[in-house]
Amino acid sequence: MEKTTDAASKDMLKVAERQDLTTIWDRFAAQTPQCGFGELGTCCRNCLQGPCRIDPFGEGATLGACGASADTIVARNLARAIAAGTAAHSGHAKHLAHTLLKSAEGKAPDYPVRDEAKLKAVAARLGIATGGKETRELAREVAEAALKDFSEKETPVAWAATNVTHGRVETFLKYGVVPTGIDAAVSEVMHRTHYGVDADPVNLLLGGVKCALADFAGCAMATDLADILFGTPQPVASKADLGVLKPDAVNIGLHGHSPILSDLIAQVAHDLDGEARAAGAVDGVNLVGICCTGNEVLMRHGIPAATHSVSQELAIVTGALDAMVVDYQCVMPSLAALAECFHTKLITTMPIAKIPGAAHVDFSEDNAGAAAREIIRLGIEAFKRRDPQKVNIPDRRSHLLAGFSTEAIVAALSAVNQDDPLKPLIDNIVAGNILGVCLFAGCNNVRVPQDQNFLAMAKELARENVLILATGCGAGAFARHGLLTSEAAAEYAGDGLRAVLTAVGQAAGLPGPLPLVLHMGSCVDNTRAAQVAVAVANKLGVDLDKLPVVASAPEATTEKAIAIGTWAVAAGLPTHVGVIPPVLGSPLVAKVLTQDVKGLFGGYFIAETDPVAAAQKLIAAIRERRAGLGL
Amino acid sequence: MKEVFVHLDRCQGCRSCQLACATAKSKSKTLFGAVTETPRPTYRIYIERGDGLNVPLTCRHCDPAPCLEACIAGCLYRDEQRLVRRRKDNCVACWTCIMVCPYGVISQGKEPKIAVKCDRCHKLEIPACVQACPTKALVFAEPGSFAAEIRKSAAGIMARSRDLGEKVKGEKGKREKGNRLLP
Repeated sequence: MEKTTDAASKDMLKVAERQDLTTIWDRFAAQTPQCGFGELGTCCRNCLQGPCRIDPFGEGATLGACGASADTIVARNLARAIAAGTAAHSGHAKHLAHTLLKSAEGKAPDYPVRDEAKLKAVAARLGIATGGKETRELAREVAEAALKDFSEKETPVAWAATNVTHGRVETFLKYGVVPTGIDAAVSEVMHRTHYGVDADPVNLLLGGVKCALADFAGCAMATDLADILFGTPQPVASKADLGVLKPDAVNIGLHGHSPILSDLIAQVAHDLDGEARAAGAVDGVNLVGICCTGNEVLMRHGIPAATHSVSQELAIVTGALDAMVVDYQCVMPSLAALAECFHTKLITTMPIAKIPGAAHVDFSEDNAGAAAREIIRLGIEAFKRRDPQKVNIPDRRSHLLAGFSTEAIVAALSAVNQDDPLKPLIDNIVAGNILGVCLFAGCNNVRVPQDQNFLAMAKELARENVLILATGCGAGAFARHGLLTSEAAAEYAGDGLRAVLTAVGQAAGLPGPLPLVLHMGSCVDNTRAAQVAVAVANKLGVDLDKLPVVASAPEATTEKAIAIGTWAVAAGLPTHVGVIPPVLGSPLVAKVLTQDVKGLFGGYFIAETDPVAAAQKLIAAIRERRAGLGL
Repeated sequence: MKEVFVHLDRCQGCRSCQLACATAKSKSKTLFGAVTETPRPTYRIYIERGDGLNVPLTCRHCDPAPCLEACIAGCLYRDEQRLVRRRKDNCVACWTCIMVCPYGVISQGKEPKIAVKCDRCHKLEIPACVQACPTKALVFAEPGSFAAEIRKSAAGIMARSRDLGEKVKGEKGKREKGNRLLP
């Protein structure tokens, strides 16, 4: 099987092979064949009598020692995966909430509120009175509301309830899946999946949905608070792929998911250009992004994206990366051993995310600017040790246009119709120029040739006039392959879609059509797309489960992706996954996820590993929704 | 002629060999397909716990083979690779083979209800169970080379024993001189 479809990554894999360096693809090969019980989800390790596993062929054990069936075990394991994803997204949000509170209390001078309009909009949505209040006072109230959303309380999680349609809230209440605290929801899943608690697979899955809605809240909160602290993204031009590394600059990779440190580094980097030049780097400091920290600083600062997800190690293999600064999530521990083969300084920065072999710089909001400078200086020091013999920067980079926050999309549409920005979008959906909307999210996965599914599906969907939104490493895939461009819109969009992208692009003052794929942010920013859908649904007076809107994670990897997929289904969207999650050990759970859940929430999972077949299934789902609306 | 051998100290009891075996005997040849087939395919390798060890058991293709000797229906036969295999249509479900197999590795099939046993994946270069084993407890090797491996390991043990013997002798000598090494 091909490892990647990205030319720069292919170049670097050849270098890795020549130098006998191990990458994720080698380690994955060493792991195969993988344990079938794990793949089917029928291994239970939740008590010390285990591990128990259910024989899928019906000859051996059909029950765990406690009597748990395959259905119970698969449902429990899935719920725990959702809880882990929720903990990660909401941990990111909680970190931002603490930062905003410190900002409001004057304890974090490096973190002023940069987007007062967003602060007011968020406060208004939460029902916090904004009139006559100082920015700091309002920031404090919003931060406190955010922190309150984590513990169990009498009322629904505000960031969930205020970000969906009224119809969704009623549906969620009907099935008892409204979370009343984000941490409480994670904790509840851990309780009900403990030895001898919830054994009913459907009840467990509903528990998973409740937790996934807490994940939705965590995601929405993280986006809101990051926008308030660092600014709401606006369209920005940049570049992607490993060719954004510069031979004569101190190259520093910003990797992980959080904007809290990375945005500070972006703010101060050029203050140290002089020191970099003094060290011999005539092009100064060159920041590049990796994974979703990369997306955060791309969206707000136009910092180019070096690479994402499964190819993160290859940034080091270029021999030109002087420092890799990591925060949390999706940072492979293998980076430390690989960095030792080069001059690259791997720097961990978060107390909860350390890696053996990495340097650790203790970062907190009160020393942010100093820590950011210290980190850049570590990169400059490392640059002095760079071995020119080992430098192999692939001459490959794609242009891109990113920065399409909800606000930026509405602003672009306002250029067409100032009084009623959503009208052009809705009119074109009704007229069929836009068949529907697909949100691409999620990761790359070592099981899939990198980017293959994203590209194949997007091209199929665009030809059928489906408007494409993307976040996270999915957006990274499109960035590497030039799909975040006007040129791609001209090349791949069907006639109707191309006309719409051209008209909006021109009205918004862009040099050409809007890009074929609109980059909405990092993976925590998926709720930006949900916000657009909610606005359209509210305007049409229908619920989300009626809209011709679908989602896809065609190369999903993480537990976060499982949590997002689950809330997308609960939000009413047909949701495709291109990697089969560990649920097939329970035919019952698999059927609930792909069929029965449609009767409850309107959304459902489509599991399909073939990207073209998957695109066709999504198009069929969109057509079914259109027929339901009489279109 | 290669045989399936077991390194008795390596099996972790993960049962991956069983899943791979049933998958190899399925129509779809994929795990996700196999678990949805009706009837579900039957595996032909077993893990039993014996004296503190996990022991994978599968047909040894004995020669002469008790099962083959006992088969009155002309179902079991020895093929050109010297494997004991079945002519499925001939099985009369008398289960005599199950009765006489010293390893207990012949079972009753689900549908049709006929004797089911390992054919050592005769169409594959390496049997599915061996390919799937994550600890390399199962190996597909010539008897001579497997025995040579055991000899090599035994030689290492003996050599270390000799070293230990020398050391004990030396310490004893020191003790005799009045140096207490041990409390």
